[in-house]
Amino acid sequence: MADIKLTNLNKSYGQVHILKDVNLEIKSGEFIVFVGPSGCGKSTLLRSICGLESISSGTLEIDHAVVNEVPPSKRGIAMVFQSYALYPHMSVYENISFALENQGVPRAEIKTRVEKVADMLQLTPYLTRLPKALSGGQRQRVAIGRAIVRGAKVFLFDEPLSNLDAALRVATRMEIAKLKRGMPQTTMIYVTHDQVEAMTLADRIVVLQAGRVEQVGTPMELYEKPGNTFVAGFIGSPKMNLITGAPAEKAKCKTLGVRPEHLDISTKASAGSMQGTVEYTEVLGSDSFIYVATEHGLITARENGRTAVRTGDKVHLKPVEGQVHRFDDNGKRIEGK
Amino acid sequence: MTAQLFSALLTVVIGVGGCLAYFWGSNTLLDRLLPVDASNDERSIRNLKRQSTVRPWLFLLPALILLTIYLIYPVFQTIWLSFHDKAGDAFVGLDNYRWALNDTGFRTSIFNNFLWLLVVPAACTFLGLVIAVLTDRIWWGPLAKSFIFLPMAISFVGASVIWKFVYDYRAEGQEQIGILNAVVEWFGFSPQVWIAMPFWNNFFLMVILIWIQTGFATVILGAALRGVPEDTLEAAVIDGAGPFKIFWRIMVPQIMPTIIVVWTTITVLVLKVFDIVLTMTNGQWDTQVLANLMFDWMFRGGGDFGRGAAIAIIIMIAVLPIMIWNIRQANAEQKGGH
Repeated sequence: MADIKLTNLNKSYGQVHILKDVNLEIKSGEFIVFVGPSGCGKSTLLRSICGLESISSGTLEIDHAVVNEVPPSKRGIAMVFQSYALYPHMSVYENISFALENQGVPRAEIKTRVEKVADMLQLTPYLTRLPKALSGGQRQRVAIGRAIVRGAKVFLFDEPLSNLDAALRVATRMEIAKLKRGMPQTTMIYVTHDQVEAMTLADRIVVLQAGRVEQVGTPMELYEKPGNTFVAGFIGSPKMNLITGAPAEKAKCKTLGVRPEHLDISTKASAGSMQGTVEYTEVLGSDSFIYVATEHGLITARENGRTAVRTGDKVHLKPVEGQVHRFDDNGKRIEGK
Repeated sequence: MTAQLFSALLTVVIGVGGCLAYFWGSNTLLDRLLPVDASNDERSIRNLKRQSTVRPWLFLLPALILLTIYLIYPVFQTIWLSFHDKAGDAFVGLDNYRWALNDTGFRTSIFNNFLWLLVVPAACTFLGLVIAVLTDRIWWGPLAKSFIFLPMAISFVGASVIWKFVYDYRAEGQEQIGILNAVVEWFGFSPQVWIAMPFWNNFFLMVILIWIQTGFATVILGAALRGVPEDTLEAAVIDGAGPFKIFWRIMVPQIMPTIIVVWTTITVLVLKVFDIVLTMTNGQWDTQVLANLMFDWMFRGGGDFGRGAAIAIIIMIAVLPIMIWNIRQANAEQKGGH
């Protein structure tokens, strides 16, 4: 049980306003991911929930109790840092047991709890080692173990995978997903700038930009119905094409959004198609990205497998029926056709 | 005054000019003797290799010569002297060392040196650590730190003169010009002759060195503390550790190599302590230490080179292991051991 509720939460350092009126409700057991570009305030928001940063105004509630002034250790939260923040002079065992020791848990109980967690994370052979004698992935698991052992209601992850290499990142991502499945009652909040992590892990994603919440929704909601041009451009890879000018006017909107995977590419013109010249192609095997210079700017299209299109070809791009997004003058989504 | 300034300036000019001339001249000579040019490729490559072997030694040579004259040669000469008699003529074997072990003056000195050794490095390091942490948290911390560091700039003799005034004694009834006795009198007690108070006077002398060295410890430890990763402290906060626990269990262990370097550096300094004792008491009232005892035997009352040298060797043997440990720790720290 750990509902979290943020009401008009603000955070500023002197004149610099970092978080602006953040409102958010997180239900117990949810896996929430904060995404956004660098400097959007996602880490600050996480640290405010954690208690490492004070809240300038607004309230933070955990389980219906305002915890603005409650010290971090009393909030029932645990945090996994980007750098892991392991205590370099303590063994793995001591790293994991430190919090329990501070809570005054009896020695024997500490031992059983640490051993259980170590077993769960395959850390048993390393309990006597110092962090410097561990690999990146093992350090990561110690950091997670340190969070689990406390039995916290809320887990906070601050870009926990960014220090791992690509292969290990995928493996650890799946382990975190598995960890969450094993702890259905635990609320998890995860900060990342990697949208693949966001899409694969999250129950709901919170997209932040410049200290504001742009949109909150399930990964598919954000993909299928981005609330504004920022979210449209941020979620999805390669980015959604945001076209202004004639095609947008024809669709009665300011900006027309079409994802690369929703563009049909053809050598023949048809009604509503845009003409252009292929600038270059990226063939990845499973799919190919085709960059087409049109009079409305560079447009990206995606094809399955290998593509027959070559650089310099004249092609016609046509959005798939019903797969366009329309945005008004303020960049807000226009519902309906 | 003008003449002194002029001669000081002249020394600087000759010193710096001499260094420049030496390095420029010796390098030019090397280039001439082992020419590298386009006329003969094979020879050029061979000469280039030779040049790079020789060049470091050219740079090291002046330092090596000076070290040999002023450090290595005296060590051997002192060892030699310590096995000879008063005038350095007749070989006496271990007599001087045997004498030292039975001499009450030597025993007092050893005892006092041990006291210094126990108190001063510990006090400096502890105070330095505490001050470094506290000054990091207040806005006037940098100012406080520079005041604490200031005594480092004062020579030991100068500091001793200052503290002589602090401990100054005037008979009861007279106006006390020493601040300590003034304060003592203000509280209604009678003034004391602090530096002539056997056993305790050692501590009054130690205070001077602590006053001088705490600034050093503060600065070095302060820098080390700032190097402790912030997120380990945050993790400790989340783990529910209080400020004291964070300090002792998270911060201090992480800067342990630096603490050891500071501790051993001050320990070496303490083993050599001389000026303060010489200036304050000259070893009277049971405050004698080894370095001052050595000075006494070596140069005073006609001098006994043998005994003086024996004491010097004993000090060196005492300093050596600490020095080696100190250098090892400093090297390990530089290699990024933490």
